[in-house]
Amino acid sequence: MILKVNGKSTKVDAGPDSDLLTVLREELDLTGTKYGCGEAACGACMVLIDGTATPSCITRINSLDGKSIETIEGLEKNGKLHKVQEAFLETDPFQCSYCASGMIMSAIALLSQHSDPTEPQIIEMMNRNICRCGTYANIIKAIKLAAIS
Amino acid sequence: MESTAHKSLSTEPEEGAQGNFLNRRKFFKILGGGLAVLFVSDDVLSFASPNLNYPIPENQIGAWVHIGADGIVTVFTGKTEVGQNIRTSLAQVVADELRIPMSSINLVMADTDLVPNDFGTVGSRSTPQMGTQLRKASAAAREELISMAAARWNSDSSAMIAQGGFITDPATKKKLSYGQLTTGKQLLIPISDKTKLTPVSSGKLTGTSVKKVNIKSFLTGDHKYVSDLKVDGMLYGKILRPPAYKSELMDADTAAASVIPGVTVVKDGNFIGVTAKDPWTAARAIKVIHANWKTSPQKSKADLFEHLKNTGEGGRNSGKEGDISRGLAEADYKHQSVYQIDYIAHVPLEPRAAIASWDQGKLTVYTGTQRPFGVRDTLAGLFKIPKEIVRVIVPDTGSAYGGKHSAEAAEEAAKLSKAVGKPVKLVWTREEEFTWAYFRPAGVIEVNSGVKKDGTITAWDFHNYNSGPAAIATPYSVSNQQNIFHPSDTPLKQGSYRGLASTANVFARESHIADLARMVKMDQLEFRLRNLTEPRFKAVLEAAAKAFGWATRKKLPGRGFGIATGFDKGGYVAACAEVEVSGNQVKIHHITEAFECGAIINPAHLHNQIMGSIVQGLGGALFESVDFAAGKILNPSISAYRVPRFSDLPQIEIIMIDRNDLPSAGAGEAPIIGVAPAIRNAILDATGIGLRNLPLVPGGILS
Repeated sequence: MILKVNGKSTKVDAGPDSDLLTVLREELDLTGTKYGCGEAACGACMVLIDGTATPSCITRINSLDGKSIETIEGLEKNGKLHKVQEAFLETDPFQCSYCASGMIMSAIALLSQHSDPTEPQIIEMMNRNICRCGTYANIIKAIKLAAIS
Repeated sequence: MESTAHKSLSTEPEEGAQGNFLNRRKFFKILGGGLAVLFVSDDVLSFASPNLNYPIPENQIGAWVHIGADGIVTVFTGKTEVGQNIRTSLAQVVADELRIPMSSINLVMADTDLVPNDFGTVGSRSTPQMGTQLRKASAAAREELISMAAARWNSDSSAMIAQGGFITDPATKKKLSYGQLTTGKQLLIPISDKTKLTPVSSGKLTGTSVKKVNIKSFLTGDHKYVSDLKVDGMLYGKILRPPAYKSELMDADTAAASVIPGVTVVKDGNFIGVTAKDPWTAARAIKVIHANWKTSPQKSKADLFEHLKNTGEGGRNSGKEGDISRGLAEADYKHQSVYQIDYIAHVPLEPRAAIASWDQGKLTVYTGTQRPFGVRDTLAGLFKIPKEIVRVIVPDTGSAYGGKHSAEAAEEAAKLSKAVGKPVKLVWTREEEFTWAYFRPAGVIEVNSGVKKDGTITAWDFHNYNSGPAAIATPYSVSNQQNIFHPSDTPLKQGSYRGLASTANVFARESHIADLARMVKMDQLEFRLRNLTEPRFKAVLEAAAKAFGWATRKKLPGRGFGIATGFDKGGYVAACAEVEVSGNQVKIHHITEAFECGAIINPAHLHNQIMGSIVQGLGGALFESVDFAAGKILNPSISAYRVPRFSDLPQIEIIMIDRNDLPSAGAGEAPIIGVAPAIRNAILDATGIGLRNLPLVPGGILS
């Protein structure tokens, strides 16, 4: 079937009930989206589907006909980082950074709903994403910076 | 530092007689020409006198710094980057000593064919040991460059200035780049801790919050963790897991798997795995294998603590003084209690992964581990091949917390690859990571103590079953004491963890101390300060208490304050907690933590380590617990095993005490140890309930 990923329509060979995460990583070589749990409990695999933060590990590709999928690889445009990436770059929040892609995608979805989110709004929207290194306070700082930039 | 030592290395032994020895030819074959400084043991340096022609045994080298003809500085270290940002802090140290920008430095880390064997990224030793060695090696390189320039210009070397990758003679304004000085040279300088170096003024970068050096690659998805890597011709592997630990394979029908196109089934004793051209097919093949396993009775969580106690051995005494029974007889109050610590899991967000390939008998494995050389040796032992033909490469890894010391995924991938003759990639699922790795040890701790009305602790009898001896010795002054670690039989596979035993020992000790302070009706801070002598303990306690407002903080109804202190691996920590208990719900409002680990290299990254330790410590303190029965893990998923999330985050306040008069110690572990007892003591303050088990509120409920 055809998937629209980062603005480009791409034919994939994987079966229709394949999960989007594996298709992105193994067939399309978009490995920025990570596997963490396989049950939508950690947020490492978060991508945007029509702008909504969605765990790709439990999303079957047959549900994605005509939908627009955005991954971390699609954010940098013409050599310029997305403003959320810029804010994370400035804040230097992470340790191992394995959660980074999922955090950034969730943060973009958050800011599209709440351009100037309160701390409870940040916590509510970001609570699906785990940072096992425990850098949550830094990530909140980065999101607040992105909101004002 | 004009050394003659390197000249002794210019005569090389015969080819083939080198074995594990590193000589100039071998070294520069890898690197090209230039100037290299090797940090070696004192013994080797004493051999490397002008009259001897000893090459250097590779296992005696701690670190290398190489300056190439292009001016690029390459640092070789066996340390691994697992999120502690050591790649950045080591580069800061080298940049300072060589007076060059960070961008001129390339760190080659954790590739066993290229870097010296320094026994792994364990025990918070990276900053104290590797940082110091690289600082000295870089300073030696700088001095050598100055000597070379001075010799070329016939100038006084003491007047030369090293800056920005150039040596300048201020008198003549002559200037040469590091690359110009090293072009065409093959200079190898061994130095050791005993080498006298010119004292350096304080660094420009050390002590500042330089950003993670390769940060952009993590924010764009470009960085390749092992689980992201692909190599040509690679197949995907999957392992058939037994239904329980200690299972024996009776028989297996693999026919349905074998007929799937592209699938190969690999069987070797209890081991069954498959390879396929994609991960879906590998997973499908494993599902259609029918195997019969013989399981055996095993201890369950309900039997755990009794079992640990019953199987505890005699053990080792750390710090025996006086006579316990005399101390108890002198006491006005006696206190006896038992603390129980559950197994917990590391849950690194990147599960174990490996890519193995064999080429003409040589094995190469990419895997995320904190011990690349340990994994190399394990693989060499498994396949009975020389260590020298096993290469382990560790890309910057998706965290470990002490949980990636072992080689499981590497062994499995290598077995599959050997059998099918192609590279094989194996990525563990979350369930596999929860089940087939290892856990932080569970433990039982018994404390029997006595205290006088004036707050003098007269007796301290401390027994830890199974969780380990780290930080077991009490820092409090007690004239009659013993502290004994008793190894026990562990029902689950256990291993290293961030602050593994010190978390348990400090929890039991600081809980017990809080109880004693209450018995004598003394303020918790005052009781601790009264019984501690080490000024570094007092400094962190006072700093934390001051910032928290221990004496003045307003206590709302239902709330309690707790304090705790501890020491592990060179770091001193004190934490204060404010909790609210309503009904059986516990909410952590605030944690203030003061930490001191000597000189601070990168304040932002240290702050990040302390904060991460506090947040991770919240999980182990409050709700993390591995449940098991009959050889099975009952909660092997993130939905069933709760880890801290954004919503668990209390207000966190961190005070970093910079002792730049002291060497830097590691910071990855000690900041975790004060969290649990500070919270426990705050719950005690709020409710009068002195909890004795970790986690404190399993399932989120105070019972």
